[in-house]
Amino acid sequence: MTANQPKSAKLVVEGLGKRYGATTALEPSSLSVAEGEFLTLLGPSGSGKTTLLQLICGLVEASEGRVVIDGRDQSSMPVHQRDIGLVFQHYALFPHLTVAENIAFPLKMRGRPSAEIAGRVASTLDMVHLGHLAGRFPRELSGGQQQRVALARCFVYQPSIILMDEPLGALDKKLREHMQIEIKRLHRESGATIVYVTHDQEEALAMSDRICLMNHAKIEQLGTPREIYERPRTAFAADFIGISNIFRGQWDGNGALDTPHGRFALPSGANCQSKDAALVIRPENLHLGERDGNAVSGRVSEIVYAGSETRVIAALGDGSPLVLRLGPDDPVPAIDQAIVAGWARDKAVLVA
Amino acid sequence: MSAVAAGTAPARRSKLKFGPLWLAVPGLVFLAVFFAWPVAQLLGLSLVDSETGGFSAGAYQRIAATDVYLRVLGITFRIAGWTAFWSLLIGYPLAYWLARLPDMFRGRMLLFVMVPFWTSYLVKTFAWMIVLGRSGIINSLATGSGLVDQPLPLLHNMFGVMVGMVHAMVPLAVMTMLPVMTGIDRRLVQAAQTLGAAPARAFWLVYFKLSLPGVAAAGLLVFISSLGFFIVPAFLGGRQETMLAQLIITQVQELLNWSFAGALAAMMLAAALVSCWIYDRLFGISTIAGGSAQAGAGRIRDLGLAILGVVGDIAGRVSAVAQRVLGKRACAALLPGFCWLVIGFLVLPTLLVIPLAFTSSQFLEFPPPGYGLGWFRTYFESPLWLQATLRSFGVAFVTALAATAIGGFAALALAHSRTRWGGLIFAFFLAPMIVPRIVIAVGLFYLFARMGLIATDLGLIIGHTVLAIPFTLVTIAAVLKTYDQRLDQAAATLGANRVRTLTGVTIPLVKGGLVAAFLFAFITSFDELTIAIFVSGGVKTTLPKQMWDDMILQLNPTLAAVSVVVFVVVTAMLLLAERFRSSSSS
Repeated sequence: MTANQPKSAKLVVEGLGKRYGATTALEPSSLSVAEGEFLTLLGPSGSGKTTLLQLICGLVEASEGRVVIDGRDQSSMPVHQRDIGLVFQHYALFPHLTVAENIAFPLKMRGRPSAEIAGRVASTLDMVHLGHLAGRFPRELSGGQQQRVALARCFVYQPSIILMDEPLGALDKKLREHMQIEIKRLHRESGATIVYVTHDQEEALAMSDRICLMNHAKIEQLGTPREIYERPRTAFAADFIGISNIFRGQWDGNGALDTPHGRFALPSGANCQSKDAALVIRPENLHLGERDGNAVSGRVSEIVYAGSETRVIAALGDGSPLVLRLGPDDPVPAIDQAIVAGWARDKAVLVA
Repeated sequence: MSAVAAGTAPARRSKLKFGPLWLAVPGLVFLAVFFAWPVAQLLGLSLVDSETGGFSAGAYQRIAATDVYLRVLGITFRIAGWTAFWSLLIGYPLAYWLARLPDMFRGRMLLFVMVPFWTSYLVKTFAWMIVLGRSGIINSLATGSGLVDQPLPLLHNMFGVMVGMVHAMVPLAVMTMLPVMTGIDRRLVQAAQTLGAAPARAFWLVYFKLSLPGVAAAGLLVFISSLGFFIVPAFLGGRQETMLAQLIITQVQELLNWSFAGALAAMMLAAALVSCWIYDRLFGISTIAGGSAQAGAGRIRDLGLAILGVVGDIAGRVSAVAQRVLGKRACAALLPGFCWLVIGFLVLPTLLVIPLAFTSSQFLEFPPPGYGLGWFRTYFESPLWLQATLRSFGVAFVTALAATAIGGFAALALAHSRTRWGGLIFAFFLAPMIVPRIVIAVGLFYLFARMGLIATDLGLIIGHTVLAIPFTLVTIAAVLKTYDQRLDQAAATLGANRVRTLTGVTIPLVKGGLVAAFLFAFITSFDELTIAIFVSGGVKTTLPKQMWDDMILQLNPTLAAVSVVVFVVVTAMLLLAERFRSSSSS
C-alpha cells in the first residue's frame, strides 16, 4: 500500500551486527523502513531475525552499526528511552496487574495525567474489543485475549515504531488467522510503523508491505511479497516461500541451463553471477505436456485434492519430486501414470 | 492414573481412585504417632497441674506473672524478628544475583549457599566463638595491628547473637527466595523497559513485586526457625540474650517441670502458628511450596502498588545519580561485589576452623604456632568420641533409609492422586519443618520416657526420621513433578503391572532424586542436636550431643578436629546429593 509511493524513512538500520565471541548472531545488515510501513522479518529459526529485532529496540547491545529513528541516532539510547514498542512472543503481560493497569503502565511511566490515562486506556480497550475485561488479571484471559492486551499495551502510547516478535506463535491456526486480520486493521487504523518477526511464510505473505527474508544471520532478499514470490533471487528464497520445483545445474552463460533432467531454455534476459545456478518453476506454472521445448518426465506418485485446486506429485527419473497444480477443469492423471510436464520459458526464474 | 483406570469397569474404578493414596498411609500413621500426638500431648500437659493432675492454667499464670519469662519471650521475638530482617536484607541481593546467573553457573555458585546451609549449627557457632572471642581471630588481629588497645566485646552480647543467627539463617532465606525469583519471567522486566520504565523502576514495579511471596516465605521460615534457636544464644549470647528454647531445656533437664515446659513450648508453637496464619492471610500458604500467589484485592493491593510506585520512582532517580557519579561500570560491579562479600561471610568462618584443627598448641590460638595431627589423634583415640561418631553414622544411615522410604511413598501417592486433600496431606508432611524442633523434641522425650525409648538408638532414629521426612518428601516430589507420568501409562499399555512399572520404569528414572533424598536425610540426622539432647542419654551420645557437652564445659582443639570431620562428611554428602539430584532432573 505504501511501497509504491515511499514516504520518509522512519527507521534506518545501518551496518547493524552482533557477535557473541566467535559466533555471529547477525552479519552487518542495513535496511530502511518507511513511515506507516508493515515490514516482516521472515526466516527459519537461527536466521538472525529476532536478534535484529532486539538490536533495534535496544534489549541487546549491537557490536557494530547504527539504529536511526526519525533521523536521530538511537544506537546508544537505553531501551526505556527509545520511542519503540515491543510485543513479546509470549506477551509478557504483568501477572500482578489487571488488564487496564497493564495498558496504563507505559502512560504512567511517561508521567501522563491520570485523567488522560483513563481516557486513553478505555479507548484502546475498545479498539481491541476488551472493554468488558478491564478489571481481569492476565491469567484469567484466553490466549487470544492476552494477545489483544499485549497489542493494546503497545498501541496505547503510540510509539514511533512497533516491533512484534512472533506475536501469534502461541495461538492455534484459526485464531492466528483471525488475529492477523485484527493486526492489519490496527495497523491501518493507527497508521503505525510495524516491524514484524515470523517464521511463517504464509503469515508474512498475507500481512506485509515488504518482506525482509533472512537466512544464516544475514538478509537474503528484501522486497514486496509479490517480488519475493515471483522473482526469488536465491534457491533458498524460492524454497522457503511457497512451493517450488528447483532444478540445479550449470548455466551456459547464454540462454540455457544444463541439469541432470535435461537442458532447459531460460527466460529472456536471465542473468546470474555464477555458473552454478538453479531454475525455479512454481507448481501453478507447470502444465501437462511440453511447452517452449521445456519438458521433464516422471511417474505420478500422489494426488492431493484441495478443493479449489488439485496438486499432482510426480517422481522424476532420479526419484526427486515434482509438484504441479492443476486447475479445476484440467484432466487428473492416475497414480503411477507416466506424465510429461512443461512450462513456458518466461515463467521460470533463474536463481543463484 | 485416570487414563489407566479408564479401561476398567466403573465399579472397580471408585475403589482404584483411592489406590495411590494408600502409599501415604504409613507416613501419615508414623507422623501421627511420633509427631502430632506428642506435640498435642505436650500442649495438653501445659494445662495440667503437676501435683493434682487436674485442669489448671497455673503454668500460664506463672508465665504472665513472672517478669523474667515475659522478658525472655520478648527477647526471643526481638531476636527472631531482627534475624529475619537482616537475613532478608543480606539474602535478597544474593538470591537476585544467583537467579540471574546462567543455569549451569548458578548450580555451582549455589554450593556457596548450600554448604553453609547444611553445615552443622554447632560447627558454625564454634567457628564464630573462635572468630569473635576475646582472644579470637578478629581481636588478635585488631590488637596486634594496634587498631585498638582493648579487645572488642564481640561475644556474649546482642552483636554476637545477631552475627551467629544471621549467618545461620541467610542460606535458608536465599534458598527460599531463589525458586520464586528463578520463576519470574525475565522478559517482564524487559517489557517494562520497552514500555518506558528505567531499569531501577522496572525492577521495583515488576521484579520486586513478583518476588514478594518468596521474600515473605523466607521471612516466615527464618522467623519461625529463629524462635526455636538455642545453640547460638547459648554460646554467642550473654545472660541478656537468653531465648525461650534455652528456658525449655532448663525446665525439662534440670527442674523436671513438665507442665511449665509444656506451657513455654505451647507459646512458641502458638507464635509459629500465628505467624503462619498471618502469612496465609497475606500471601496464601501454598506459595511456600512454589504455588502462585493469590492477587490481593481492594485497598491493600492499591496501597502496595502505590508504595512500590513511589519506591520505584525514588530508586530510579537515585540510580541515575549513582550512575552519573560512579560511572556505569562501577554501578554494574556493585551487586556482584556485595554478593561475594556475603559469600565470604557465609563460608570463611567455617574454613578458619580447619587450620585450628591441625594446631600443635594446647589452645585455640590463631594463627596456630605450629601444625600437627595431635588433636585428630586425641579424637580417634577417645572411646567416647569414637562411639559417638559411630552411633551418629549408624543412626543417620537407618534414619535416611526410613525417611526416604516414607517420604518417597508419600511423594508417589501425592503425585498420582488427584484428591482435594492433597494440599492438606502435603502440609502435614511438611509440618515437622514448621513446628520448632524444640517442641517436637520435648514432646518426644515425654512420649519416649513412658515407652522406655530414652537413651536408645531406636528413639533417636524415630525422632530424626520425623525431622527428615519433610526434606525427603520435597526432594522426591520435585523429581516426580518433572517425571513424565505418560511413561508409566506407556508401560501399562505394554503389559507391565503396577509393581513392574514401579521397579522397571519409575524408580530407575527417579533414582537420582531418591539418592539425593537419602543423603539429605542422612545429613539431617548426622547434624541433629535438639532431639539428641533429650533422647540420647548417658554414654549413648551422638556426635553433635558430645560436641554440645564439650562446648559447654570448655573449648578445646579436639572440637576443631571434630568440627573438621563433621564438616568434611557433610560437605561430601552434600556434593554427592547435588550431583545425583541434577543428574536426575536433566
